[in-house]
Parts: sequence; structure tokens; C-alpha cells
Amino acid sequence: MTGILPIALERATKVVQSWLPAGKEYICIMRLHKEVDHEKIEAICQEFTGPLYQRPPLRSSVKRRLRIRRVYYTNVLEIFGSDVLIRVGCEAGFYMRKLVHDIGEVLGTGAHMLELRRTRAGPFKEDDTFVTLLEVNDAYHYWKEDGNEQYLRKVIQPVEEGLVHLPKLVIRDSAVDAICHGAKLTAPGVLKLSDDIKPGATVAILTQKGEAVGIAEAVMLSKEILEIDHGVVANTKKVIMPRSMYPEWKSFKK
Amino acid sequence: MERGRLPSDVRGELITKAQEATNPEWGYKPAERPIKEHLAFGIINLDKPAGPTSHEVVAWVKRILELKKAGHGGTLEFC
Repeated sequence: MTGILPIALERATKVVQSWLPAGKEYICIMRLHKEVDHEKIEAICQEFTGPLYQRPPLRSSVKRRLRIRRVYYTNVLEIFGSDVLIRVGCEAGFYMRKLVHDIGEVLGTGAHMLELRRTRAGPFKEDDTFVTLLEVNDAYHYWKEDGNEQYLRKVIQPVEEGLVHLPKLVIRDSAVDAICHGAKLTAPGVLKLSDDIKPGATVAILTQKGEAVGIAEAVMLSKEILEIDHGVVANTKKVIMPRSMYPEWKSFKK
Repeated sequence: MERGRLPSDVRGELITKAQEATNPEWGYKPAERPIKEHLAFGIINLDKPAGPTSHEVVAWVKRILELKKAGHGGTLEFC
């Protein structure tokens, strides 16, 4: 298995949890155990979209009970003999190996997964930030040995790039240090907000400079946050920024 | 062929509740962190090679960059 494996370093490891429930996209080679008419393959693959029941495979990291996972799209890209190249966008926790097996059952030939590559995961894509281990290694040595940090900044992204898939709450300078101490975010601290926040949603708390302060769980709708002038709007779940980057609120004069 | 969309492709608009300036003396814009800070608040969109496990790849990254802590977002082993 190859492809997108987002890695968080040091303090950025706090954001990893927000990546896990995000949607994924895979490209996979499915080997049918007998050749099948192309139109039939195309038609059956289209059946496997929408909410699907799936029992996690034997080799999995979760309890093996029947559960529902959504497949957002399935594209048949190429058919070569009994090998079928497909691209699938799906919900987190959907098993591609199982999908291939199940398509094989419905086709009546049986099928297994030959190769798998992840092409998207939440905010991550195969774009110009996508790098190999070798590039990471070279970039580090350019910096270590020649003092050239240009390449290191290309292979390593700021933690904020890993939060772009979340709704945002932009807060006042005077609210930052309290969040760094784990305090809940209250209405007066909010300057800007995404218009799609819902109660229970995971949101990113950012400074006006765009720095990640933490990750929180919203307790109300955007509309409500916009209207109220006191009270908790989000419970802080993870603190990314270290304390004392910003002064404590008491030092701010009215 | 047109590529489908994941739910996270749909993003809300930012609306303003109140206005205030930020003091440039505190914190950094994400792209302007000193390089050591950039490492400590960094993420890598890595192309995992075939062969080693996700866990092993993270261990390599840690060793290459001489870091104490690193973690990955979902293994590629049980997919």
C-alpha cells in the first residue's frame, strides 16, 4: 500500500485526531478471477455507491460488526483483461479490500485487491506539497549542512495546512492565552467564524495571524455564535499553541 | 473522467462578528515561523513507499529529522 500518509511532527501531533474521521480517496487494482463484460463491470461498480453495509475484514483494527459506511463515488478508470483500475472516494473506516471482494461476489467471478494507493485524505492531496521520504531526507541535509532552509520549508507544511478541512473560529489576541491554558472559548473572544458551524462539530481555533491555537468542539450554530455576547461557544479539546506566546488576558486594558 | 467530491471539499464562508487589530509582536504568521519552530509545528504530506509499514515510515521520518515526536493520520495497512 502506497500513497498519502500525512505525518505530524512534535506539537503538530495534536491535530492528527481531526484527520481520522475525514473522507479518503483510493486508486486500486482489482483482479477479477474471470474476465467479465466491460459494461457489466461498470454497472456493478456504480451499484457500490451511497451508504453500504460492510463487515470489517479479518485483518482490521476494529470490532468486526456490520456497520454502514458511505461511498461518495466510484470511477472505473481502465479495464485490462481481468484487471480493473478503480478510483473510490469514501468515508473513513471503509475497507477497500472488502469492497473489491464484494464486487467480485456480485459479478459472480470473485475478485481480490492487487494494489492500493491512497490519493486523498481529508485536507491532503497529491499536490505540490506531496513529497517522498528521499525529498524529506535531502531537504533536512540541505539545512543541516548548508544552512539552506528553503527546501525544508517546501517539504514541511505549517500545521495550519492540516486544519483547512475544519470550520474556523478566529479569536482576539486577548483570548489566545486562556485557550492555551485549556479554557473554553466564550462569545466575546470570537472575531470571525465559518458560517457552517454546528453543535458537536470539530472546529479549528485560529489567531488573526492565522496560527492554530487549538481544536475545539462547537456547542452551537454559527448563527447563534454571531448573535450572543456572552457564554461558551466551543469546548477546547486540543491545545496546539504553547502557553505565553500571547500575554495573559489580565494584561489587556479595556 | 470527472473526479468526485469528498464532504470536506465543501467549505463554509468566513463571517465577521467583531473587528480588532492583532499585535505583530506576538506569535508568527504560519509561513514566517523561524525554521526550528516550523519543524515543531510541521506536517508532511508524505508519499508512503511500498514495503515498510506506516509505523516504520513514521519512525524513519523521526530519525531523519532528529525529532522526539511524530504521528501519522491513519495507517495504510488495513485498508
